[in-house]
Amino acid sequence: MFVTAAYAQQSTTTEGAEAHDAAAAGEVHTETGVAHEGEAGSGVFPPFDSTHFASQLLWLAITFGLFYLLMSKVIIPRIGGILETRHDRIAQDLDEASRLKGEADAAIASYEQELATAKAKGHQIADGAREAAKSKAVADRNAVEADLSKKIAAAEDRIADIKTKALADVGAIAEETATAVVKQLIGGTVTKAEIVAAVKASAGN
Amino acid sequence: MSNDPTHQFLVNKIVPIEIGGIDFSFTNASLFMVATVGAAAGFLYLTTSQRGLIPTRLQSVSEMSYEFIASMLREGAGSGGMKFFPMVFSLFMFILTANLLGMFPYFFTITSQIIVTFALALFVIGTVLFYGFYKHGFGFLKLFVPHGVPGVLLPLVVSIEIISFLSRPISLSVRLFANMLAGHITLKVFAGFVTSLSALGALGIGGAILPLIMTVAITGLEFLVCFLQAYVFAVLTCMYLNDAVHPGSH
Repeated sequence: MFVTAAYAQQSTTTEGAEAHDAAAAGEVHTETGVAHEGEAGSGVFPPFDSTHFASQLLWLAITFGLFYLLMSKVIIPRIGGILETRHDRIAQDLDEASRLKGEADAAIASYEQELATAKAKGHQIADGAREAAKSKAVADRNAVEADLSKKIAAAEDRIADIKTKALADVGAIAEETATAVVKQLIGGTVTKAEIVAAVKASAGN
Repeated sequence: MSNDPTHQFLVNKIVPIEIGGIDFSFTNASLFMVATVGAAAGFLYLTTSQRGLIPTRLQSVSEMSYEFIASMLREGAGSGGMKFFPMVFSLFMFILTANLLGMFPYFFTITSQIIVTFALALFVIGTVLFYGFYKHGFGFLKLFVPHGVPGVLLPLVVSIEIISFLSRPISLSVRLFANMLAGHITLKVFAGFVTSLSALGALGIGGAILPLIMTVAITGLEFLVCFLQAYVFAVLTCMYLNDAVHPGSH
């Protein structure tokens, strides 16, 4: 009231102010009047006021009935359809995925098998090659060894031959050397028999 | 606006209609029933109109509500109860939307009217009774005779069972009604404290902080209650429907 009156005084015309004041008063009056009427008319707490029960029931029946129809005929089939479609799609995708997984597994298995076969084959080839190389090496070595021992034997024979020859020559050389040495030293000649004897004696030492 | 906390529950005529001497006026309650149906159906219709294989956020809200109620009903009443799915889904969505719409300031809360919640509860119990007798005939009455009770105690137990059955529509409707009513009155009272305290000057404004915090906190709580009461109503509906589908199983 105070605020309205103050606001009204700021108004330009006094008539307007009066009108405002009157309106404000009327408003307050009607409001309290309504409240009074509400309490006096029914005399009960508003939610228990039975005067509107019939209208509430009717409108609830109309609106809820309409809502029920909308739900059961439109909304629920639609959402159910959406969910079912998604469910089917997911199941289909899962089937596809499991099929692809099976294929991949089969491919992996065949790959593994081929790999194992190839490995076995490779081992076999390698073993064969190794065996062949080994036997060839042994044979070669044996041949070389035989050749070498033959050559060694021949060389030893030659060495022995040369040795005997050389040893046979040693006496004659010594005799000649001794004759020449004696001739140089004493100027005389020494009989061959004496030199041979001397050489033999020194060889005997 | 009146400071009377019950003013928000007053029913006002918008279009007066009278048929056969009975008042069927289109009231603000009727308006908000229409709004509830429009909001709930509109949301569900528009969010699912794409029928996306990969749902948008709002579409997944609709789908989640569907699956939430479907699993609730399947757990509560078994696969035989799934024929009641449209009913439970409609009840849950209607009550939830009505409760949430009521949270808007100046909006009318139709679930705070005892006649509305009582009508919904009677609809549930009526369905249970109708389907129970239709499906099982007088075998439905086995519901009131639990297994393994000695003959001496049978009259007592049966009368207790019948009383508990009869009290179901009352408890179902009063639970929802009282929660919504009490919540809105509490909100209104605390919010009223804020305005009346802050009119007392600086000290009053300081003192108004506490009820303001309470108002904010209670608003949050009320949103929880809105969902919870719709959920409780739907769960109990599922349990009662279970009695109609399997009367002798408890």
